[in-house]
Amino acid sequence: MSIVRIACLAALAAAAFAAENNTFLLRNATVHPVSGPAMENASVLVVDGRIAEVGAKIAPKGKVKVIEARGLHVYPGMIDSGSPIGLAEIASVRETVDTGEIGDFNPQLRALIAVNPSSEHIPVVRANGITSVLVTPGSTGGGRGGAAGSLIAGQASLMHLDGWTWEEMEIRRGAAMQMTWPAIQMPRGRGGDIEAMLPGLAARRITFAEARRNQQQQVQKIQDFFDAARRYQKAKAAGEAVQPDLRYEAMIPVLEGKLPVMITAVREREIREALDFAARERLKIVLAGVRRPGKALEEIAKRNIPVILGTTFVPPLEEDDPYDDPFTLPARLHQAGVKFAFASFGTQFARNLPYQAAQAVPFGLPYDEALKSVTLNAAQIWGIDAEYGSIEKGKYADLIVTDGDPLEIRTQVKMMFIRGAPVDLESKHTRLYKRYSARP
Amino acid sequence: MRRMILTAVFLASGLPAADITVVQNGTIHTVTKGTFKGSIVIRDGKIAEVGEKVMTPAGARIVDATGKHVIPGIIDAHTHIALDSINEGSVSVSSMVDVTEMLNPESVSIYQALAGGVTVCNSMHGSANSIGGRNVVFKMRWGADARGLVFDKAKPSLKMALGENPKRQGSPQGLQIPGLSPPQNLRYPGTRLGVEDVIRDAFTRARAYQREWKDYETRKARGEKLLPPRRDLELEPLVEVLEGKRLVHAHCYRADEILMLIRVFDDFNIRGVTFQHVLEGYKVAKEIAERGHYASTFSDWWSYKVEAFDAIPYNAAIMHRKGVLVSLNSDDAGGAELMRRLNTEAAKVIKYGGLSEDEALAMITINPAKQLAIDQWVGSIETGKDADLVIYDKHPLSIYSKVEKVFIDGRQYFDRDEDMSRRPKIEAEKEGLRKKLLDQQKQAMPQNRRPS
Repeated sequence: MSIVRIACLAALAAAAFAAENNTFLLRNATVHPVSGPAMENASVLVVDGRIAEVGAKIAPKGKVKVIEARGLHVYPGMIDSGSPIGLAEIASVRETVDTGEIGDFNPQLRALIAVNPSSEHIPVVRANGITSVLVTPGSTGGGRGGAAGSLIAGQASLMHLDGWTWEEMEIRRGAAMQMTWPAIQMPRGRGGDIEAMLPGLAARRITFAEARRNQQQQVQKIQDFFDAARRYQKAKAAGEAVQPDLRYEAMIPVLEGKLPVMITAVREREIREALDFAARERLKIVLAGVRRPGKALEEIAKRNIPVILGTTFVPPLEEDDPYDDPFTLPARLHQAGVKFAFASFGTQFARNLPYQAAQAVPFGLPYDEALKSVTLNAAQIWGIDAEYGSIEKGKYADLIVTDGDPLEIRTQVKMMFIRGAPVDLESKHTRLYKRYSARP
Repeated sequence: MRRMILTAVFLASGLPAADITVVQNGTIHTVTKGTFKGSIVIRDGKIAEVGEKVMTPAGARIVDATGKHVIPGIIDAHTHIALDSINEGSVSVSSMVDVTEMLNPESVSIYQALAGGVTVCNSMHGSANSIGGRNVVFKMRWGADARGLVFDKAKPSLKMALGENPKRQGSPQGLQIPGLSPPQNLRYPGTRLGVEDVIRDAFTRARAYQREWKDYETRKARGEKLLPPRRDLELEPLVEVLEGKRLVHAHCYRADEILMLIRVFDDFNIRGVTFQHVLEGYKVAKEIAERGHYASTFSDWWSYKVEAFDAIPYNAAIMHRKGVLVSLNSDDAGGAELMRRLNTEAAKVIKYGGLSEDEALAMITINPAKQLAIDQWVGSIETGKDADLVIYDKHPLSIYSKVEKVFIDGRQYFDRDEDMSRRPKIEAEKEGLRKKLLDQQKQAMPQNRRPS
């Protein structure tokens, strides 16, 4: 038997398997496409992992597996726009954490190659309706208001939360370059809590002028690095003999404005500096971890810069901020006309992504926007909306079937499909639940 | 003149005109006596009447709750808010210290918690030592001084801690915080074995100390002339624990250490302990329930350290079903974050484990009240209890709800509309201060440039 023939047979077998496993008709559900209004008593036909048809009456050609979903709701799978899932297992145990590499500039690092497909976090997070994640290599990932760790952390990868290997999980390996804009860092608070616990910190107090100088030095480092990368790019383009440098190579798509740079910038000052820098360098950027945009909000809107918001489950950044400041932030962005999506920026609470979006609804964010911010908006921001983010003909069938609104806490996710294939919703948590509920 | 107007406004909004307030026509979640559409009469800070139909006394202040939901004030059995210092970590038994001394009434976390429907919290010593300091239970009476915050009817309590935290200072790696050197002096214990020893040793000494005083009292009563024993401020609180006069809140994670502490307490006949965090409580729920101990846990925290790697969000539901009295807490320290959304934390026991609405609400109201031994006064909407009430615009177990008004002892301490209407003034004041500071800096500039 020739090698070609074996390959053909293998392909046929795979196709046959695929047809069996990721072709079905999901029937009589309320379908929420997100891209349009909900449809009651509707069906979704999935063929070879893609959505072939959505509508009230679908007559599939030939024999197709039928999944009855009466009384249930179908939504697109949710997307977490930033989490170290797969790279970090137990936050306090360094050996299990692969985020935050040493060094200020690591654009050559690729998150996906260290994603552990057996991480216990993966089944836990997807059980709550999240089908894909932007896996970030940075140490803090933003959202907590700090600039700890490196300035360029590496390439974030869009990954499905299912697959035997990281290659099978991959949606897009280089989805964004993760960067942090340096912040002016002053010791904060009235000397309570943290400082009281760690007396060493109090001794490290610095003046504002010193903090500002430190920050400007960091900014200069970024400028120098970009300048060097640009010289490398030019020399290479001019056909000069250059010593290959993986860091600068990785910067080329950034400098060409092809690969988006996800820049963590929390406060107005950092946001303005990051926006100006991006404009000067003609970068395609996405802001992340925005907490206090101030008047820079208008600027963000004017320049059409999308934003990745961290969790709403934080106390206000300043003591004298309104108590609901983190809850109203998404509505303020929406009113300003800024497109945003949510990120968990963590592992243990990544499953609460839908709730962090929902928390903004009673504080002014329209419900439809909340839902988009964990589905279609994320797909659009990361440039995968041709295939993901809503229930539309031609897109991949990343679907969840629920007994209600997926942003409401009590709702249960009943089924999940990734590229049309059913996904197990059991996890370490459900296994332990069953085991110990049965303890005599 | 301006001050006079402000005072008048304060009086009008802060204090009820009469001593009687009626919260009318709301969905009342009493937690202990069912849920119905009805009203609550508040007289002199207490709930005077609650029912589907109540007598509205003449001159009563009316709070319209039509279409709204009313629940008893939320109680958080485990926080560290409003404390200027949390851990006295130099010794393994620090029962001589009391966090009440560190209570900061100006901490904005009090207001944030209030705005999230919390009316009472147990703010505790940290978990750095096997036997920690004494805790404080206080009401979110925002604006009161430290003494005015304290809920003085609450039974005093003591913090204890098992597992990774108390043994950390016995580890050469210590806290491992970048920039800080590891501890120079290792502190015993460095293992869970040592933690048990520290606890057993302390209570053994406390028992001997108790006996010493009893002997002294007996002999004194007999008319003997003798010197009293030397007071021991470390052991006195432990004697109170032995005598049932002081509660214990024990930070713990793993099933083995929970069981260990149950057995140590068996030996000293200590009951009614609240296991805090207790993330593997579901594995030894039977043993916790058998001795009438309690559990105060998180809704869905896990994986942040090794001893939290078997934590599951079904913990509360399993423990509850196996007969343990369970509450949900925040463990908030810096600001009130989780504290102010304990209502939706409670909804998670419906999602994970299928408990009922009343069971869920009980875990943030009457159950923590029982654990803090304050259920006689707070934790449910019942005649005679303190009028600590929260009004939500929607069902409090929904993520789409928000707190509109909060009453403590019948007095309105939070009103969302008032909070919102104050904001422009506060913002203008901040802007004014900012301008003033900038002007001052500008004026100071030329002087700085003068050569010295």
